[in-house]
Amino acid sequence: MTIGLSHYLTVAAILFTIGVFGIFLNRKNVIIILMSVELMLLAVNINLVAFSVFLHDLTGQVFAIFVLTVAAAEAAIGLAILVTYFRNRGSIAVEDVNLMKG
Amino acid sequence: MENAVSTLPAFAPALPEIVMAAGSMLLLMYGVFRKTSSTAEVSWGAVLLFIVTAVVIVEQGDMRAVTFGGMFVVDPFTHFVKLLILLAAAASVIMSVTFIRREGMDRFEFPVLISLAALGMLMMVSANSLIALYLGIELQSLSIYVIAAFNRDSAKSSEAGLKYFVLGALSSGLLLYGCSLVYGFTGSIEFETIARLIGREPSSIGLIFGLVFILAAFAFKVSAVPFHMWTPDVYEGAPTPVTAFIIGAPKVAAMALIIRVLFTAFPTVSAEWKQVVVFVSIASMVLGAFAAIGQTNIKRLMAYSTIGHMGFALVGIAAGTSEGIRGVLIYLAIYVVMNAGVFCCILAMRRQGTQVESISDLAGLSRTQPMVAFIFAMLMFSLAGIPPLAGFFAKFYVFMAAVKAGLYALAVIGVLSSVVGAFYYLRIVKIMYFDEAAAPFERPMPGELTVVLGLSGLFTLFFFVYPAPLIMAAQTAAAALVP
Repeated sequence: MTIGLSHYLTVAAILFTIGVFGIFLNRKNVIIILMSVELMLLAVNINLVAFSVFLHDLTGQVFAIFVLTVAAAEAAIGLAILVTYFRNRGSIAVEDVNLMKG
Repeated sequence: MENAVSTLPAFAPALPEIVMAAGSMLLLMYGVFRKTSSTAEVSWGAVLLFIVTAVVIVEQGDMRAVTFGGMFVVDPFTHFVKLLILLAAAASVIMSVTFIRREGMDRFEFPVLISLAALGMLMMVSANSLIALYLGIELQSLSIYVIAAFNRDSAKSSEAGLKYFVLGALSSGLLLYGCSLVYGFTGSIEFETIARLIGREPSSIGLIFGLVFILAAFAFKVSAVPFHMWTPDVYEGAPTPVTAFIIGAPKVAAMALIIRVLFTAFPTVSAEWKQVVVFVSIASMVLGAFAAIGQTNIKRLMAYSTIGHMGFALVGIAAGTSEGIRGVLIYLAIYVVMNAGVFCCILAMRRQGTQVESISDLAGLSRTQPMVAFIFAMLMFSLAGIPPLAGFFAKFYVFMAAVKAGLYALAVIGVLSSVVGAFYYLRIVKIMYFDEAAAPFERPMPGELTVVLGLSGLFTLFFFVYPAPLIMAAQTAAAALVP
C-alpha cells in the first residue's frame, strides 16, 4: 500500500479534532488547553507540508515555518497570562475560571 | 515572479506600516530607558504616532499598488479602513491616560501594545495572501490578549485575558486549518490567484470546507453568533479602556478582512458564503437584541450591543454588492465614533475613588450632570437607530443595500431586532432621567474624556447635516473592490 495525500490529510484531521475536543471536554487544567492548541496548529502544519509536497510548491512549507514561529510566541503569551492568573486565584483548574458567567 | 526574486520589492506602499513599526519600537525604547514613570508621555507619543501614520496614508492618495510578491495591497479601500482604525486607536489611547494612572496600572507598555495591535490591524487590512492575513491577525490578537490581562492584580482582568487567549487561539487554529485546505485545493495563497483558479473548475467540497473554517474564525474575531460566547466575559473583565479599544478598532479590521477575502478571493463561490453570512447575521442581530435585556453591568450590555451591531454590519456583506460594502464602511465609521463616546461616559463613572460599572449607578444622572446625561442619551438613541441621529443612517444604508439585493427577509428581521434592541437602550435613558438620583459621580470629568465625548456627541447629533464626505469616501473605497 502506498501512502498518499489522503492518508496525511486524515491524520491531520484526526489530530485537529483531538485538539478541538481537548479544549472543550477537558475540565481539569488550563495547561491541557494550551497543549490542545499546540496540537491543532501542528495538525495544520502536517496539512500544509503534505499539500506542499503533492503540489510541488514551496509556499506551503514557508507557511508552516511561519505557523511554527507564531505558535511559539502564542505559547509564551499564554503561559505568561496563566502565571498572572495563578497568582490571583491560586489555581489553574478549568472549573474555577468562572468569575464572570455568561 | 523572477523580478520579485532578483530585485527588492517596492517598499513605498507599505510606508504607513513601516512608520508604525519603527515608531512603536521607538516608544518602547523610550519607555525602557526613562528611569521615571513615563506612561503619559508614551501615551501621547503613541497618539502622535497614529497622527503621523494617518498623514502618511493621506499622502499616499488613492493609489492602487500590490507589492511584496503579491502579498500586500494598497487601494482606496485599505486607505479608508486604515484611517478609521487609526482614529479608533487614537481615541482609546487618549481615553486611557487618566484611567491607567488612577487604577495603578500605569506601565508604559500599555500604549506600546496598543500601537502594536494597531500595526497588526493595518497589516490585516492590507493583506493580499493567506500568510499576510494570518500574521496580521496574530500580531493584533497577541497584543490584545496581553492588554486584556493588563491589570495583573485583578482576578477579573486576568481571567478575561485567559478566556480571550484560549478562545482566540482556538479561532486561529480554525483559521489556519481553513487556510491549509484552501491552499491545498487551489494551489495558491494569493487572493486574486485563488479566485482565478476557483473560477476555472467547479468548486470542490474541500475548498468549501476551508472557506467555512475561515468564516468561522472571522466570526470569532467580529464576535458574531455562534462564536460570540467569549465577548461578554472578556468585555466585562478587561480594564475599561481596553474594552473601549477592543470594541472598536479590531472589529473594523476584522470586518474589512472579511470583505477583502470574500470579495477578492471567493467571488465565484458567493452563493455558498452568502448562506453562511445571512445565517450569522440574523443570529447575531436577534441574540444581540434579546440577550442584552437582562444585563445589569454596562460593559456586559455593550458587549451584547456589539454582537447586535456586527449582525447589522454583516447585512451589508450579505447583500454582496458595492452598495452593501459602502453600507458596511459607513456603519463601521459611525459605530466607532458612537462607542468612543459611550465609553467616555463609562470611564467617567467613578465614586469614592473606585470605578463603578452597574447600570443602576447611572440613576438620576440628568440632575447631577445634565450635559453628560444629554449626550449619553443621544448616543443611546443613536445606537438604537432613531432618526435623525447618526446611528439611523448607519442602519439605513445597509438595509437599503439588502433590499436592493432582494434580501427582504433579512432586512425585515434586521428592522424588527433593532426595535427590540431599542428597549434596552431606552431603559438606560429612563434610568438616567426618571429614576431616584444616586450619589453623584466624581467631578470634574477628566479633560481628555470631555473632549472625546464632545466630539463624538457632535458627530452623532449633526451627522445628518453634512453626511456627504463620509458617504463619498465610503463609496470610493467600496468601488475599489466591487466596481
